[in-house]
Amino acid sequence: MSNISEPAVVATHPLVKGEVGPGCAKTDPIVIADHVTRQFGGLKAVDVDHLEIPRGQITALIGPNGAGKTTMFNLLTGFDKPNTGTWEFDGKSLAGVPAFKVARAGMVRTFQLTKSLGRLSVLQNMLLGATGQKGEGLFSALFKPLWRKQEEENTARADDLLARFKLDAKREDYAASLSGGQRKLLEMARALMSKPELIMLDEPMAGVNPALTQSLLGHIKNLKSDGTSVLFVEHDMHMVMHISDWVIVMAEGRVVAEGPPESVMKDPAVIDAYLGAHHDEDLGDLMEDGPNPVLEAERKAREAHPEVDEGPGYGETTTPPAAERER
Amino acid sequence: MDWGNIFGNAVGEIISPTTAAYALAAIGLGIHFGYTGLLNFGQAAFLLIGAYAFAIPTLAGAPLIVAVLSAIICSVIFAFILGIPTLRLRADYLAIVTIAAAEVVRYIVTTTGLTDFTGAANGLSGFKGTFAAINPIPEGRYGFGPFTYNEYDWWIRIVGWALVVLASVLVFLLMRSPWGRVVKGIREDEDAVRSLGKNVYSYKMQALVLGGVMGSVAGIIFILPRAVQPANYTTGLTFFIWTIMLLGGAATIFGPIVGSMIFWVVLSLTQGILYGAIESGALSFISTTQAGQIRFILVGVALMLLVIFRPQGIFGNKKELSFSV
Repeated sequence: MSNISEPAVVATHPLVKGEVGPGCAKTDPIVIADHVTRQFGGLKAVDVDHLEIPRGQITALIGPNGAGKTTMFNLLTGFDKPNTGTWEFDGKSLAGVPAFKVARAGMVRTFQLTKSLGRLSVLQNMLLGATGQKGEGLFSALFKPLWRKQEEENTARADDLLARFKLDAKREDYAASLSGGQRKLLEMARALMSKPELIMLDEPMAGVNPALTQSLLGHIKNLKSDGTSVLFVEHDMHMVMHISDWVIVMAEGRVVAEGPPESVMKDPAVIDAYLGAHHDEDLGDLMEDGPNPVLEAERKAREAHPEVDEGPGYGETTTPPAAERER
Repeated sequence: MDWGNIFGNAVGEIISPTTAAYALAAIGLGIHFGYTGLLNFGQAAFLLIGAYAFAIPTLAGAPLIVAVLSAIICSVIFAFILGIPTLRLRADYLAIVTIAAAEVVRYIVTTTGLTDFTGAANGLSGFKGTFAAINPIPEGRYGFGPFTYNEYDWWIRIVGWALVVLASVLVFLLMRSPWGRVVKGIREDEDAVRSLGKNVYSYKMQALVLGGVMGSVAGIIFILPRAVQPANYTTGLTFFIWTIMLLGGAATIFGPIVGSMIFWVVLSLTQGILYGAIESGALSFISTTQAGQIRFILVGVALMLLVIFRPQGIFGNKKELSFSV
């Protein structure tokens, strides 16, 4: 695709091998996906030719509603099965691998609609995130000495994470008693219990109040400094501009643009994808005035009727029926 | 009315083997529904399988241990048959499949074509020999007041309640462990648990098998004081077990035990009082047969009142259910 020897005016970037553009090769990719498609009836929700996610960076996946971002998440993490396509994570092929094995491989996700385990305490929620627990086998579970020490270590780590996420006061409370924003925090902290290589956050800021947003941003930046790669879906352009190293833009199931946050917003393909008729206005300005009323109305409509398959939005908010099966 | 007799019978129900069998079946159902969130509406089928898989080999001359193992293995196989196609799907599918499968197995054992094995509608009897043979209690009558039984009746009670205690301890040990945490997480949201790297399907299967085996062992205890009767294994049995579990509290250790005791004491009391009233002429407009039915109407009403006003049961934690999750 890229041709370095060609003396044309090509945009380059230290993260990118060759020319910057949709589907460009990265110098150190953690995820490489090829020809991934997912069809819902007559509609191609995802149709990605080639996508690479850089390692050790914060990558934002943005796009208008119905662009296929969440579907792409579901496909990569094994929660949905693609019609075609292969992808590898850290050199291991993960195509067709069930969701729990994807998580074990080090690629852990959170959900757009938080899935805190309501009738478990916050601490129990956290401990569930730890991997390789001996006490999770049916027979070893019966003998506490076999897993006591590991449990203590996990508890110490959970307490540490809870303190970092300011949830330590809620340690013994049922997760159902947390506010929406606290549940987002809990879900992120829980995902971190497994020490993932790549954490995939689906709209981490949705429903979080501005004060918490600041601390969440801090947490995400900390992840990067700890060496974790981050991929997140977000509609909040401030957050995207503020913390991401790399931005991938999807529209109608395809990757339409990629680049560093400063320049990708000016890409005509992105402006087209987002705004259509409005493309005289600067995307950042429009987003700064608060949520786009059109997008907001769309989102409300989808929340009110999540069961309705009405175009690409379907794959976005609801888990498709196929994902109810493990494999 | 002979109040002494009525209360004596009712109190005797507290330790009756039937109470123990229902308690054990409810403990198994508690693993399914209370802890893992599996909607098993076919617990009666596990009792049926335990009963027949114990009685048929025994009548064919197999030793006790072989008959018990046969009951356990058959219930494991049955759990796999139920679970393999449905546990990947949403919870409602398991509910539909279990309720249908329970009826299927009941019709199978009732068919006349299998009379030589199952006795069809007449059921089976005469299988108590191997169990009675290992009874260490010498012949005679023991106990006091309403708790006076012969050596066989004591032997069933001791074994039955020992198994209930064993199952309760097992559940306690499992549910405080990380294994218990995973299945409780599955009850709350299985996709979340899956996203944390747990093999949800495998855990659901383990829970289904474990609770099913408890159901089939309960089936053995249930038939030891009586004969095997296919008519005992209707959906009604399943719903009594559900009532017991919900009465005590679905995700509790003592709930199924106390639930079963209350259920049977109340059934015995209402029967005694209604029959007594009919015999003494105080209730002239119903027959004793109708009175028998009225008791079960009361069970239905009690179950409704229970889930409306105390959904957490006697031992359940109110806080747990105060969230609509």
